[in-house]
Amino acid sequence: MTLATAFFYLFSIVTIASAVMVISARNPVHSVLFLILAFVNAAGLFLLTGAEFLAMILVVVYVGAVAVLFLFVVMMLDVDFAELKQGFLQYLPIGMLVGLIVLVELITVIGVWSVAPQAALSTPTPGHMTNVEALGRVLYTQYVYLFQAAGFVLLTAMIGAIVLTLHHRPNVRRQNIAEQNARTRASAIEVKKVPSRAGV
Amino acid sequence: MNSLSLELAHALPEAILALGAVVLLLIGAFRGRDDDGPMTELAVVVLGAALVAVVLGGHRPAGVVFDDAFIDDSFGDFMKGLSLTGSIVVLLMSGGFLRQSGVDKFEFPILVVLATLGMLMLISANGLIALYLGLELMSLSLYVVAAISRDDARASEAGLKYFVLGALSSGMLLYGASLLYGFAGSVSFAGIAAAIGGHPNMGVIFGLVFLFAGLAFKMSVVPFHMWTPDVYEGAPTPVTAFFASAPKMAAVAVSTRVIMTAFPGAVSEWQQVIVFMALASMALGSFAAINQSNIKRLMAYSSIGHMGFALVGLAAGTEAGVKGVAVYMAIYLVMTLGAFAAILSMRVNGKAVEKINDLAGLARTNPAMGFFFAMLMFSLAGVPPLAGFFAKFYVFMAAVDAKLYWLAVIGILTSAVAAFYYLRIVKVMYFDEPAPAFDRPSVTQRVVLAVSSLAMLLFWIYPAPLVDAAAAAAHSLF
Repeated sequence: MTLATAFFYLFSIVTIASAVMVISARNPVHSVLFLILAFVNAAGLFLLTGAEFLAMILVVVYVGAVAVLFLFVVMMLDVDFAELKQGFLQYLPIGMLVGLIVLVELITVIGVWSVAPQAALSTPTPGHMTNVEALGRVLYTQYVYLFQAAGFVLLTAMIGAIVLTLHHRPNVRRQNIAEQNARTRASAIEVKKVPSRAGV
Repeated sequence: MNSLSLELAHALPEAILALGAVVLLLIGAFRGRDDDGPMTELAVVVLGAALVAVVLGGHRPAGVVFDDAFIDDSFGDFMKGLSLTGSIVVLLMSGGFLRQSGVDKFEFPILVVLATLGMLMLISANGLIALYLGLELMSLSLYVVAAISRDDARASEAGLKYFVLGALSSGMLLYGASLLYGFAGSVSFAGIAAAIGGHPNMGVIFGLVFLFAGLAFKMSVVPFHMWTPDVYEGAPTPVTAFFASAPKMAAVAVSTRVIMTAFPGAVSEWQQVIVFMALASMALGSFAAINQSNIKRLMAYSSIGHMGFALVGLAAGTEAGVKGVAVYMAIYLVMTLGAFAAILSMRVNGKAVEKINDLAGLARTNPAMGFFFAMLMFSLAGVPPLAGFFAKFYVFMAAVDAKLYWLAVIGILTSAVAAFYYLRIVKVMYFDEPAPAFDRPSVTQRVVLAVSSLAMLLFWIYPAPLVDAAAAAAHSLF
C-alpha cells in the first residue's frame, strides 16, 4: 500500500465519521466543529488528486468563513434543539417512507447510467501550468460572461441585504471622525475662573 | 473565438442594463438620501435605451456568442422587447404610488433594472449555466422587491414565502440540471439535444422533470403556483404589476427555448408534463378565482390561468404553437399592464383599496375608466373580437393542428368558466350601487389604461405587425 492510498483511506474515514457526528452530536457547537473537521479532510482528499487550488479554497472559504459563520449563528441565536427534535420520532415513519421512495427512484436512475460517450469526463490538467493558472485562463476568457453574471448575482444579493435590513434611525448620534479630529482646544475646553470661596 | 467587442455587440441590451444598473447604484449611493428622487426616471431611460438597442438590433444575423452560453436571435429579441416594455411601464406607473404608500426607496428602480437584466440573460440563455445565472439574478431581485415594504407584515410575509419557495425551486432546477449534464455530457442546449438523439434514457427524463419544476415555479403554473396568490396580495401593487408582467415573459421564453432546442428528441416525454401543467393551471385559474373578493388575488388566479393557456401552445410543440405562445404573451402583457393601471388607480381619499366591491358603480362615477377597465376584462375573458380572443385562438388552433383535440376542448371550457369572474367585475362596475368615487388617477396610469384598452379593442383591425413579428420569432427557433 502506497503512502497516497494510506492517506486516502485516512482522510475518507475521518470525513465520513465526522459527517456522521455532525448529525448525531447532541451539542450543536460540537456539530459545527465536526463539520469543520469534515471540510478539512475533504480538502485533504482534493490535495491527493492534485487539485491544490480547490483544497485551499475549501479551507479558506468553508472552514474560514462559512463554518465560523455557522458557529456564530449557533451560539448567538440560541436555538433550542431539544424542542426542534421533539416531533422527530412522530414524523420518523413518514420521513423514512419518503426517503425510501427517493432511494428507489435514484437506484432506478443510476441503474441505467450511461455516461454520454462524447463527454470528456475530466479536462486533463496541463502539465506545464498550475491549477490557478489553468482556472484563470478559462474563467476570464471562455467563461467571462458567466463570471460577470455571477458577479451581478452577488451584487444583487448585497443590495437586497442592505435594502431589507439597514434602518436609518433619526435622532441617533453617530461618530463623526472628521469632526472629532477637527476639535481644537479652543472649541472643546472652556476655562472658568472660579472665584474662591464661592463654589462653581 | 471572436473578439470580446464583437461578442458584446450581440449582448448590447444586456451590457446597457448592466452598466446602467451600476451607474444608478453609484448615483444613489452618492446622493446620500434614501428617497427615490430622479432615480425612477433615470431607470426608465436605461431600460428605454436597452429597448432601443433590442429593436434596432433586430436586423442582425443571429449569433451564438460567449462560448455557447448566449444566443441572440429574433425569438429572443421579441421576448426581450416584451420584458423591457413591461418593466418600463411598471416603473412609469409605480413612482407616485410607492411615494404615497411610504415606500420610497431609490433601490426599487435599480432592483427592477437588475431583474430585467436577469430576464434578458434568461431569454438569451443557450446553456444550463447561463439559464441558472439569469434565473437567479431575476429571482433575487424579485425576492427583494416583494419584501420592499418591510414595515408591512403582509409584504414581509409575501417576500419570505416567495424567497423560501423560490430557493426550493432553484434547488430542484439545479438538481435537474446536474442530472442532465451527467447524462448528456453537455451544458449547452444544442449539445444536450445532440446527446439525447431520439432516445432519452431514464436519467435525462428525471433531469427534464426537475428542470421543468424549477421553470414552472417561475411561470407560476400548477402545481407550483402556491406562492402566487399570497405574494400578489401581500406585495405593494406596483410590485404585483411587475410580477404579473415582465418576469412571466422571461420564464415562458426560456421554457420555450429549452423545450424547442434542448429536447426536440424527447417530445412525448416533455409533452405529457406540459399538457398536465396546462390543464391543471387552466382549471385552477378558472375555478379558484370565482370566490375571490380581493382584486389582486383574483389577478393572481387569472395569471395562473393565462399561463395555462399559453402552455397549450407550447404543448403543441410546433412552429405554429410557438407563434401562438409569442402572440399570447404579447397580448397578455398589454392586458395585464392595463388592468394593473386601473388597480393602481383604485384610491379613495389617498388610501389604496383593493376589494372588488370598491369598484361598484365605477361606470357612473368615472365612465371612461369604467369603460376601459370593462374592455380589458372582456379581453381577459377572451370575448371576440377583442385581442384576448385572438390570443386564445392562436394557441388553440396550434393545439388542434398538433392533434391535441381534448386539450383545446378543455381549454375552451375552462375559459368559459373563467369568463364568469371577469364578467362579474363588469357587472359590479355597471349595475351595482356606486361605492365612494376614486381619486383622480395619475397621467401615466390614465394613459396606460386607455392605450392598452384601445389596443385590445382595435387589435382585429390591424393584427399583422404583432402576428408577423411573432411568426418570425417562432421561425428562428426551428
